Amino acid sequence: MHSFNKAINYQAPSAEGYYGDFGGAYIPEMLYSNVETLKTQYLQIMKDADFQKEFHALLKDYVGRPTPLFYAERLSKEIGTNIYLKREDLCHTGAHKINNTIGQILLADKLGKKKIIAETGAGQHGVATATVCALKGLECVVYMGEKDIERQAPNVARMKMLGAKVVPATSGSKTLKDATNEAIRAWINEPNETHYIIGSVVGPHPYPDMVARFQSVISDEIRKQLKDKTGTELPTHVVACVGGGSNAAGAFYHFLNEQTVELVAVEAAGRGVYSGMSAATTQLGKPGILHGSKSILMQTADGQVVEPHSISAGLDYPGIGPLHAFLYESKRGTFTSATDEEALQWAFHLSEIEGIIPALETAHAFAILPKMNFKPTDIVVVCLSGRGDKDLATYMQAMDFKK
Amino acid sequence: MSRLSDLFKKQNERILNVYCTAGFPQLNSTLQVMESLQASGTHIIELGMPYSDPLADGEVIQSSGNIAIANGMTIDVLFDQLAKMRDRIHIPVVLMGYMNPIIQYGFESFCKKAKEVGVDGLILPDLPLFEFEHFYGKIINEYGLDFIFLVTPETPEDRVRKLDALSTGFLYAVSSSATTGKDKDFSKVALYLQKLHNMQLKNPVLVGFGIKDKDTFNAVCAYSNGAIIGSAYINALAKGADIHETTDQFLKAVLNK
Repeated sequence: MHSFNKAINYQAPSAEGYYGDFGGAYIPEMLYSNVETLKTQYLQIMKDADFQKEFHALLKDYVGRPTPLFYAERLSKEIGTNIYLKREDLCHTGAHKINNTIGQILLADKLGKKKIIAETGAGQHGVATATVCALKGLECVVYMGEKDIERQAPNVARMKMLGAKVVPATSGSKTLKDATNEAIRAWINEPNETHYIIGSVVGPHPYPDMVARFQSVISDEIRKQLKDKTGTELPTHVVACVGGGSNAAGAFYHFLNEQTVELVAVEAAGRGVYSGMSAATTQLGKPGILHGSKSILMQTADGQVVEPHSISAGLDYPGIGPLHAFLYESKRGTFTSATDEEALQWAFHLSEIEGIIPALETAHAFAILPKMNFKPTDIVVVCLSGRGDKDLATYMQAMDFKK
Repeated sequence: MSRLSDLFKKQNERILNVYCTAGFPQLNSTLQVMESLQASGTHIIELGMPYSDPLADGEVIQSSGNIAIANGMTIDVLFDQLAKMRDRIHIPVVLMGYMNPIIQYGFESFCKKAKEVGVDGLILPDLPLFEFEHFYGKIINEYGLDFIFLVTPETPEDRVRKLDALSTGFLYAVSSSATTGKDKDFSKVALYLQKLHNMQLKNPVLVGFGIKDKDTFNAVCAYSNGAIIGSAYINALAKGADIHETTDQFLKAVLNK
């Protein structure tokens, strides 16, 4: 075990994509050329001045960035501290996911790709991918678990309206893990023309680092906005929900090497961490390899990947990005979890006291606030990663149940 | 000398390697399937260890793996089944599988046990060159197991040479960049195999992915040392009533010139 060490640069994986022992690129040879091209070119392309200019122009005029940093007065009073909400729910398409898809579609364009594939859980990444494909006129195919297609119907309709083809993943648990398998297979079957836009900080190197860099705009803005509002760039805590971990990676990124900032990652405990119906990966998992990288993975004693459970399709994933596995193992991050029921309660509570209906995924991040023992002087930033429109069916059911 | 190199010394054309999934169709049918394959003229058995998320495989092999996992197949159970394998199986046997279950078992213990029961080599599609060179390759070599790398039409020539240099037993040429069980355009495959042939590689080349019957087997044998059949045989096993009879009929149809 590592201890939190100032010398570790948490923002920079090794040349082969390792954060400590986690990461790498465990891919079949059929994907080698594609992944190698990305690996050798992504940093160069991303650093190019024209690329940066176009990326930031789209983030500003198309996505609507910078997103506000909002002081949540009633919530702060209730919890007894100072809580700021980073309003990623106000991004075009309703979640942070589009920060990454804008970046990757520009990258795919530079690589001369004609077709985009993506996996999606809650459908937010699928919608964000379909959106940028429409924007750039590229063909788009989204793989989505059959079970998620049922529980996220509005997002399926949005993707179709945006011109994407939605392909159901019917293997395994029929959720995000299986959609990712199908997307990777589709990439193997037609590697030359296709770019795979992974939606989270998972997958083979360079994806975890590339997606974290595209999402890092979140914490870049937080620093500046917090400075304006409080006089300091550094909060005491940054809180975000974690499935694969893309909004958390983006919200943590520019604080990773700031020792005074506590990074709080909230996993989905489902019906309870030890209920057998959970997606709390760091609590239940062991080191393992899934979807091309070594990380922490929920699995049986003989190494078969376990089917997770969460009420939120976006957190229903048995793994976690290798950066987060390293934050967990090195104790740089504080890992905690919230249950389905707590997340539902907080989705309603946040709606009632702040007038913001969050996504079910995001609601997990709020559910841990009362348990954190914050000081009245603390400055807590919660990444409000997405809005709750897509979850209305679940929320309506919960209201019926309450009656 | 390994069983694989002995085999290729005796015969260097029309080698047939057949894939089967351990624990499929029944938990305890593994050895019966292997014996049937041997009796029906298979030269090499590629024994698949089932995994919940087999990225390089198509749905036929994945679903046979899911059935095997549901039947109770694990690496422990497999090694128990293979303990007396060499009393009955004399042809080369290579284990095919994915890294995660092996890491959970313990990579070194796995290699040790595989050697003990008489396994000849390993095919691990998600163990890439970098990891092989930096860690795992040494352990595999220490236990005297052959290791078979995959090459594809997209693999650059210098990398093909490197993968060939590090492979022993044979080199696995993927007929095109695709998962198992997909149909191929064989005119393109022929060009690619011709190119590999002209490179005069150290290892014999067996072609896999898309080989399913006599025609496809004959087509790739014209440019290589033989072929690997997987999904088509698994399909036959899934449909057939009697393992021995199904295997015999399937192989007769493939091997009959």
